[in-house]
Amino acid sequence: MTSCDAIVIGGGHNGLTAATVLAKAGRRVMLFEAGALGGTMATVEVAPGYRSSALSHLVNRLAPEVVAATGLEMTCLAAPPAPTVVLGDGDPVILRGGYGARLEGVGAEEALAFASLRAKLMGQAAILGRMLGHRPPMPGDFGLGDAWHLGLTGLAVLRKGRAEARDLMRMILTNVADVADEYLTDDRLKGLLSFDATLGAHLGPRSPGSLLGLHYRLTGSAGGVAGGQIVPRGGMGTLAAAFVSAAERAGVELRPGTRVARIEAVQGRATAVTLAGGEVVSAPVIVSAIHPGTTFLRLVDPAEIDTGLTRAFRRHRSKGNVAKLNLALNHIPAFGGLAEADLAGRIVIARSTDHVESAFNPAKYGAFSPDPAIEVVLPSLGQPEMAAKGCTLSALIQFAPYDLKEGWAGGAPRLLDTVLDILDRHAPGLRAGVIAADLLPPTEIEARCGLPGGHWHHGEMTPDQLLFNRPVHAAAGYATPLDGLFLASAGSHPGGGISGLPGLNAARHVLEVAR
Amino acid sequence: MIAARPQPAQGHFRTPLMETPFHPRLAALAETNDWYGWAGMKSLHSVYDEELEYFAIRSTAALFDISPMAKYRVRGPGSEAMLNRLTLRDVRKLAPGRVHYTAWCDDEGHVLDDGTLFRLAPDDFRLCCQGRHLPWLLDTAEGFDCTVTDETDEVAGLALQGPCSFAVLAAAGFTGAETLKPFQLRDFPHEGGRVTISRTGFTGDLGYELFVAADAALTLWDRLWSAGQPLRLKAIGYNALNRARIEAGFIVAGADFTPADQAIRTDRVRMPDEIGLDWMVDLTKSAFTGRRAIAAARAKGTLKHILVGLDIADNTPAEGAIVYHRGKREAGVVSAAIWSPTLKRNIAIASLDRPYGSRLTDDLWVEIYALRELRYAKLMKPARIVPRPFLTLPRRSATPPGRF
Repeated sequence: MTSCDAIVIGGGHNGLTAATVLAKAGRRVMLFEAGALGGTMATVEVAPGYRSSALSHLVNRLAPEVVAATGLEMTCLAAPPAPTVVLGDGDPVILRGGYGARLEGVGAEEALAFASLRAKLMGQAAILGRMLGHRPPMPGDFGLGDAWHLGLTGLAVLRKGRAEARDLMRMILTNVADVADEYLTDDRLKGLLSFDATLGAHLGPRSPGSLLGLHYRLTGSAGGVAGGQIVPRGGMGTLAAAFVSAAERAGVELRPGTRVARIEAVQGRATAVTLAGGEVVSAPVIVSAIHPGTTFLRLVDPAEIDTGLTRAFRRHRSKGNVAKLNLALNHIPAFGGLAEADLAGRIVIARSTDHVESAFNPAKYGAFSPDPAIEVVLPSLGQPEMAAKGCTLSALIQFAPYDLKEGWAGGAPRLLDTVLDILDRHAPGLRAGVIAADLLPPTEIEARCGLPGGHWHHGEMTPDQLLFNRPVHAAAGYATPLDGLFLASAGSHPGGGISGLPGLNAARHVLEVAR
Repeated sequence: MIAARPQPAQGHFRTPLMETPFHPRLAALAETNDWYGWAGMKSLHSVYDEELEYFAIRSTAALFDISPMAKYRVRGPGSEAMLNRLTLRDVRKLAPGRVHYTAWCDDEGHVLDDGTLFRLAPDDFRLCCQGRHLPWLLDTAEGFDCTVTDETDEVAGLALQGPCSFAVLAAAGFTGAETLKPFQLRDFPHEGGRVTISRTGFTGDLGYELFVAADAALTLWDRLWSAGQPLRLKAIGYNALNRARIEAGFIVAGADFTPADQAIRTDRVRMPDEIGLDWMVDLTKSAFTGRRAIAAARAKGTLKHILVGLDIADNTPAEGAIVYHRGKREAGVVSAAIWSPTLKRNIAIASLDRPYGSRLTDDLWVEIYALRELRYAKLMKPARIVPRPFLTLPRRSATPPGRF
């Protein structure tokens, strides 16, 4: 039987981060990935010569401490923050810098109002962001380190003054629609905030707690700019390759194309994994960086875990709400009649709060809206290697419920048709120029990425599934009820997005408890 | 991610109190008409005279309707593993044709219920208990190759207890029952069907439990009743049984401990070690629900309670009494108490807060509030911790059983 110091299951960015950090600490680490390394972070060919990012298409929260801890090579991200264009009714709004540090397309008064809201949310995000880079405080297991971190967070709150502290408490669990209304009058800006706050979640902008999604987004940064975003050169696959080479340099033994069939456990301790081929590899530490539901409901023998834990994972909310569309186009679409440079970031089609809320409504009843909100990135702009001729388009469609009543076999072509119509309206002639289209509803994301429910964040990011309740209380804080088994995916604190923090935090926790 | 499970339809809510399959016979015999609801079924506190019913258990033979007990059937190749996940004891050690007393916990190691597990065949089990646990059992069974069904309504149960209980069986024509050892079970023919008889019971006496299809309940009752009359077989209610079970030192869910799924106050739950069931916890078998929590509580020494038997001076039953250390510091509460007619001792089961009962076992007192004609007589009586069972009867375990 093969053995090593630590096994990492799942070669997504969190698995690679955890493996790299463990290997750099001197552990002999083996990483098993069922598919290709990089996980959902990949560059795919939509049609011959047309390449796009498989799922996520922007980098906006890769944590600097992850870059430092892994020694990540960052050339693919060497670019200034990309703009956001909001297409509503009438002229577009353009946000430049870190989440609209500079605005174009609105009046001076509205620009001031936005700046004031932006400053408020950025300030709050800076405080909340302090919770992300380490293990969440666990009630009942509260250590000195937790007291230190919480104390610092409390100080940060107080330093901003009582009024700001009160405002944070007032706003933290409220909804994005009310906050947007409080500050803004421009529907396009409200639509953008509504879209960003709810992207990936089963929430509408008027759902309680929806502001937290926006806070979470603003905790991220790119290129040292808070709230910034970068379209990676060569697509997300290039960033994936950087994670892979960091792991290789650290000495991780990488085994892509190797599915873990079972996690073996004896009397409450995980001891080994059995690979699909039958090979058994043992290690005192097993870090699962795949979906936590898969880990506990599929890989671990139910005989080895408590009934309440099975129950908790059955109730774990992890059904995806976003469909991904990749298009190969024979021309560069002229969204909003804007210049190519302005379209090199993301383009958000969200007219207003009502637009996003209306797009969410049918999702509650297992249908998609005839008028969804959409985020578009054109990965090939300024990157001829991504499309020799024409252009590739990558879009996120909100909302596309996992449990579509009519079924996605029939629903996907209908949604594609709907989306192409909308895109064509904003970029006339786009539809006629489609060479190839690949629409991935949550069921397809589930199938291709081995991601149950097709939920990008490995579980809804609402307060019931955050911090010491992420993914579920008994398995929060990276350690699990099975000794030796740790969780490190986006399903764990702090959550989804290409941050690497779940993987980093998990690895650091492993190094702390399993010396 | 996982499809919703079909819920079995149950019509029990249409009738506030259901009747057990033996109801026609019990109703005809009930002189005191002291009915109460046991798990939603009409049951008798006493049939004709509580005292005499108790003495039927200890002197002749007593018939008690246990049909309201929840009865679950677990069948299939994965049932042994599933029950090992559920319960504290090692089901692999339970041979077919045997019964064992066991308990199960939630993830925090707090006891959900105790009960008896009957291994009817290698892949066929019956679990009998006080509470209703179907959702918990179904969730526990997920991923195991077995089925769980609630057969509470389909299966009628009788406890035949007392020194003459074997003689009643023999007179009723259950040949071969003499070879049944304690905790052994076997099927016997009855009216073209079969009755499962196990040498088990809740009295600490020689006794049997009989399980039969509900539609054969009355013929089984009649068969035992007519054979038992020359042997002074009596129908009894719960009060008499309760006395016998206290003498035997058995605990009752909901009385001597609060099942974890029913406790409203988070500190009122109990771990097995806190209600005298530590001997069941098998940390060497495969994992089971609550194992981690129990092992951690033992390692960290965070167990808070302990269940003890008390022998109390004086003859006033200490029901509900508060237990004191040195007569002043509160140490716990009495959950069950009787004057034992057989032992001629004042006995009680008490739940103490450690270290009382674990490290500090001397100088315990109980304060008994005896309501005597509109005035409480407060009696502070010394109590001594004694092992349970209070009463051990050789006839309970002798094989072949006596006829008396």
